Amino acid sequence: MLKLVGGGGGQDWACSVAGTSLGGEEAAFEVARPGDRGKAGGGSPGWGCAGIPDSAPRAGVLQAGAVGPARGGQGAEEVGESAGGGEERRVRHPQAPALRLLNRKPQGGSGEIKTPENDLQRGRLSREPRAAPPAPGMGDRSGQQERSVPHSPGAPVGTSAAAVNGLLHNGFHPPPVQPPHVCSRGPVGGSDAAPQRLPLLPELQPQPLLPQHGSPAKKCRLRRRMDSGRKNRPPFPWFGMDIGGTLVKLVYFEPKDITAEEEQEEVENLKSIRKYLTSNTAYGKTGIRDVHLELKNLTMCGRKGNLHFIRFPSCAMHRFIQMGSEKNFSSLHTTLCATGGGAFKFEEDFRMIADLQLHKLDELDCLIQGLLYVDSVGFNGKPECYYFENPTNPELCQKKPYCLDNPYPMLLVNMGSGVSILAVYSKDNYKRVTGTSLGGGTFLGLCCLLTGCETFEEALEMAAKGDSTNVDKLVKDIYGGDYERFGLQGSAVASSFGNMMSKEKRDSISKEDLARATLVTITNNIGSIARMCALNENIDRVVFVGNFLRINMVSMKLLAYAMDFWSKGQLKALFLEHEGYFGAVGALLELFKMTDDK
Amino acid sequence: MAECGASGSGSSGDSLDKSITLPPDEIFRNLENAKRFAIDIGGSLTKLAYYSTVQHKVAKVRSFDHSGKDTEREHEPPYEISVQEEITARLHFIKFENTYIEACLDFIKDHLVNTETKVIQATGGGAYKFKDLIEEKLRLKVDKEDVMTCLIKGCNFVLKNIPHEAFVYQKDSDPEFRFQTNHPHIFPYLLVNIGSGVSIVKVETEDRFEWVGGSSIGGGTFWGLGALLTKTKKFDELLHLASRGQHSNVDMLVRDVYGGAHQTLGLSGNLIASSFGKSATADQEFSKEDMAKSLLHMISNDIGQLACLHARLHSLDRVYFGGFFIRGHPVTMRTITYSINFFSKGEVQALFLRHEGYLGAIGAFLKGAEQDNPNQYSWGENYAGSSGLMSASPELGPAQRARSGTFDLLEMDRLERPLVNLPLLLDPPSYVPDTVDLTDDALARKYWLTCFEEALDGVVKRAVASQPDSVDAAERAEKFRQKYWNKLQTLRQQPFAYGTLTVRSLLDTREHCLNEFNFPDPYSKVKQRENGVALRCFPGVVRSLDALGWEERQLALVKGLLAGNVFDWGAKAVSDVLESDPYFGFEEAKRKLQERPWLVDSYSEWLQRLKGPPHKCALIFADNSGIDIILGVFPFVRELLLRGTEVILACNSGPALNDVTHSESLIVAERIAGMDPVVHSALREERLLLVQTGSSSPCLDLSRLDKGLAALVRERGADLVVIEGMGRAVHTNYHAALRCESLKLAVIKNAWLAERLGGRLFSVIFKYEVPAE
Repeated sequence: MLKLVGGGGGQDWACSVAGTSLGGEEAAFEVARPGDRGKAGGGSPGWGCAGIPDSAPRAGVLQAGAVGPARGGQGAEEVGESAGGGEERRVRHPQAPALRLLNRKPQGGSGEIKTPENDLQRGRLSREPRAAPPAPGMGDRSGQQERSVPHSPGAPVGTSAAAVNGLLHNGFHPPPVQPPHVCSRGPVGGSDAAPQRLPLLPELQPQPLLPQHGSPAKKCRLRRRMDSGRKNRPPFPWFGMDIGGTLVKLVYFEPKDITAEEEQEEVENLKSIRKYLTSNTAYGKTGIRDVHLELKNLTMCGRKGNLHFIRFPSCAMHRFIQMGSEKNFSSLHTTLCATGGGAFKFEEDFRMIADLQLHKLDELDCLIQGLLYVDSVGFNGKPECYYFENPTNPELCQKKPYCLDNPYPMLLVNMGSGVSILAVYSKDNYKRVTGTSLGGGTFLGLCCLLTGCETFEEALEMAAKGDSTNVDKLVKDIYGGDYERFGLQGSAVASSFGNMMSKEKRDSISKEDLARATLVTITNNIGSIARMCALNENIDRVVFVGNFLRINMVSMKLLAYAMDFWSKGQLKALFLEHEGYFGAVGALLELFKMTDDK
Repeated sequence: MAECGASGSGSSGDSLDKSITLPPDEIFRNLENAKRFAIDIGGSLTKLAYYSTVQHKVAKVRSFDHSGKDTEREHEPPYEISVQEEITARLHFIKFENTYIEACLDFIKDHLVNTETKVIQATGGGAYKFKDLIEEKLRLKVDKEDVMTCLIKGCNFVLKNIPHEAFVYQKDSDPEFRFQTNHPHIFPYLLVNIGSGVSIVKVETEDRFEWVGGSSIGGGTFWGLGALLTKTKKFDELLHLASRGQHSNVDMLVRDVYGGAHQTLGLSGNLIASSFGKSATADQEFSKEDMAKSLLHMISNDIGQLACLHARLHSLDRVYFGGFFIRGHPVTMRTITYSINFFSKGEVQALFLRHEGYLGAIGAFLKGAEQDNPNQYSWGENYAGSSGLMSASPELGPAQRARSGTFDLLEMDRLERPLVNLPLLLDPPSYVPDTVDLTDDALARKYWLTCFEEALDGVVKRAVASQPDSVDAAERAEKFRQKYWNKLQTLRQQPFAYGTLTVRSLLDTREHCLNEFNFPDPYSKVKQRENGVALRCFPGVVRSLDALGWEERQLALVKGLLAGNVFDWGAKAVSDVLESDPYFGFEEAKRKLQERPWLVDSYSEWLQRLKGPPHKCALIFADNSGIDIILGVFPFVRELLLRGTEVILACNSGPALNDVTHSESLIVAERIAGMDPVVHSALREERLLLVQTGSSSPCLDLSRLDKGLAALVRERGADLVVIEGMGRAVHTNYHAALRCESLKLAVIKNAWLAERLGGRLFSVIFKYEVPAE
């Protein structure tokens, strides 16, 4: 297992721009293949992973997703939004209900173009057999790059035509640069869009943008040549930040289409930031770049490049700000778009210490925009969204791609330190249904108190080995078997930690059992609340995101199981590969929007 | 006192812990008559239920045989009184800690004299654990009953039969309990039972209920996780820790995430963003208290949230909470209430039950007693035999806890007849009989408690005097004094102990205590004498009334009603006068009355109404025996009859103070009929009907009236209700809204109350009300 710590030996964020270069991201990351279970070390579990939902707990089977992550940084586990003990925010963007259907499109249309996978960094995924379409007409999206456009069947498809009329297929408004500047993920069919690695020239700076015409690729070239991009494009560096209660999520766009000229003009500052971020996978003691999540050859705001996903604990925030000050970040005249509670909490510090003005953004807006965007561009040619087939059958339970082209309405469950639950009816019509304070922070907090562990990774590792049935009181412990009057199975948990009422049992359990019980308790509770909300809101797709799910296959399968079992198959649990980063992506998208608005 | 240790059972070495002294006349009462047992064994408490027959002495009145026509004998009483034994049914529920179970079973075995019972219904998690012990000790076959079925049966039973069973808990108000009036339709509701786990059940009818959901995060989680985190073993101790902790030291709050900005964003900074969130990041020690508090919040909030989600899904607004997690613990009631308010935005109220701990035992008992049809009867809580709410609360001082914490009792009397709402109530769900809520009104509470304390001597004296032939009357009366005195002291400390404290509940408690010590009717002799005196005056009173012109007569009749009402032993000021001057006459009483305009005076409207068409049927609730019923009520009834109005005269089923009982009213009516042709023919033609109220209280609860009375009211189409007397028309029903015309009359015979109402002693209330169209 690779444990990568930034060069310069234990220094923090601010240092070691020229840190140890990693021998290519491939090394840092490995994807579990079918059959690889148990030894797959990847931070992201493979498609074929066959664990068992915890309803029939069998210690050891679930290790695929829980064994030590590739980059076992000491960063505390995520945690993003304040769940708020449950304060509700009502619909902010009320829309006529009819609008919810606006983005439905004919499924499996002929306009779909399949393009080669980009398997550059990612282990090749087995896509056979394909998942059965989860709903009639919903195409398996796993192999597709571009999709037909909702209301304009005749619209040009192909090169960069990911959107027409300002709408991506899923209703996502691309970052509001002019339509041709649509952010689309490369590589696309046309050779124009192929990643361009340009000779790096010193002192090159982004250039102002000319009035646009022609294909986006052409425009890009034009723009660079004409040095005119600046009017409608924010200056580099491009960051989006989500400062949560426990973890800071940072996305960084690394332009790969920098011309020699640009390179030449690029100020030293900017260059060093770029090199530092892209050549390291760990920053200081606690910063981690999730290399396996990197989105390659992405076109954002007319530039091609890679989107990097970085996280570090919120308690390192002050060091981060300090670094910003020392590196004279403010001289770059960039705008830091930030969301999450910390955007408010640290705003003053950013201004006072680093002379940086934060652009604060609503975290739920960012979450949704980020999610829709990442899903729309896909995950380097693979689908972003997935589900578990046969969730109630541990033997047959398998991760399968899911097409989220038609996402509305969806119940979005964001599991950070706490949990927020949103009902999303369209990209800008949603409401916060409720939230719970029993989230990732609770899992880690209780685990730390109960087992003495210190990190999320440690806690999950223990949980993977433990058996919660020693800790929990099951229905059969009370009734000797099933409770038939109410149709409850004997194996159902009647009382979480219920066996711990007895001293003898307290003395006989292991830390691993406790960690497992904590994980199962928190997860089942979130599942239960989510299920009730789905029923109340009459929504049958429940999308679980947030860093509580990071390297947490146990919870994902439990949630998949719970949704399916208790709803008798009516509810579907969906998951996304970039589980915890959508807020940060959403914040970055706001940066483009902002520039556009000016 | 029976010494009842476990030492003889030879079961274990910790007999010290299990031995206990059981005072048999207080704990397992009437055990010798017990037939039918049920037991509910929970994690820490055992609840035993049994049914017993209670022998009561009752005063019966019986008419003399007047066939000899020698009615002229001046000083002969109008009827004879005999004390008879009557057998009534009672349900007993006892709650004690599981550690005492062996001692209790031994005790029951020793005292169970003659029972044909072969089976004991058992429920609760511990039922099978103790099955062998029970079968061995009691030689009864254990019949296991389903836990939830029992719970729900029990819940339905208390909701239907115990007034003020449900309450809401309000933090920072005094008192913190606010009792709900019984809703006539108890279904549907949601029951959230928080035992070791949580079960959420939707109850739709007596027999139809459905498990709609649950959660594994419940009392067991609090206890188990709490024990791990704090090394504190006992549930109560954990609650204690929690009540002293600061959860914000452990929880990540919104203000921790947002900094100071939460205010500008309109967020409440104190909301918990992540339970135990600080223990994940901060490298520090956390205090036991803080962790326990955080855990309590986490669990309560979670349960509250789930309950709200279920309530919303099923469109229910009545959600009752029970289970050992709640069981009278203010800390958990507070947090659950907060959570429900928060998540439902005030749309759902968290309701708790006074006898929540007994639901399982009650239900198990009812299951076993199905052949006796307990559900077709009405039952009433016996205040004398029941310990009040919170008697086992850990928050109480150690002294109180030692006294009553070990054993907690509930006794329910089977009422002779089923009770229902008066069909004429305007809005039964919102009807509240009592005028002043003494739980609410501290000043009034203080006054009335003192008033009842001061009147206690007189009541004791009268009780002894009522049984001159009894050798132990003085001793029993002393016991009565002690018991009632203790109840009054309990109520001073915990006004909410038996639901909403009212003058009515104080009076009822006194009656229950008197009955407890076999003083079924201390006023029987007084009533007998007064009825005799008044009957002799009747012809003269009627003659002088008939001599008046119509309009004068109407006023005289009303004044007579009011004057008769002055004769009331329930009021201390009057009982003093009556004690010192037994010849205090009717006319003198009239002179004592306030001159018009009265304190509340709608007489002119009433007179105007009388000039109109007659009422179809009047329902009259009579008050006192003697002058009141005979010289006040009957002439008034007679006038109504002459107008062509039918009359239903409702009197108490059982004795209370000097109130006229139904059986007395029958004799009185018969005697008057012998003197008065109007009454005679009305009785014969059933235009005058004498019925019983179903109550034995000096006050009147229009939501708990005899079923026969209600049927008759409906059948005859009653369009006028007359309520007289302070107990029925002022302490209760003063604000009662009816669907027909009503007349509420009373003389305020209590200086304090008179002053409170803005009048003085003997001020008159004459309240004639016509419902808005």
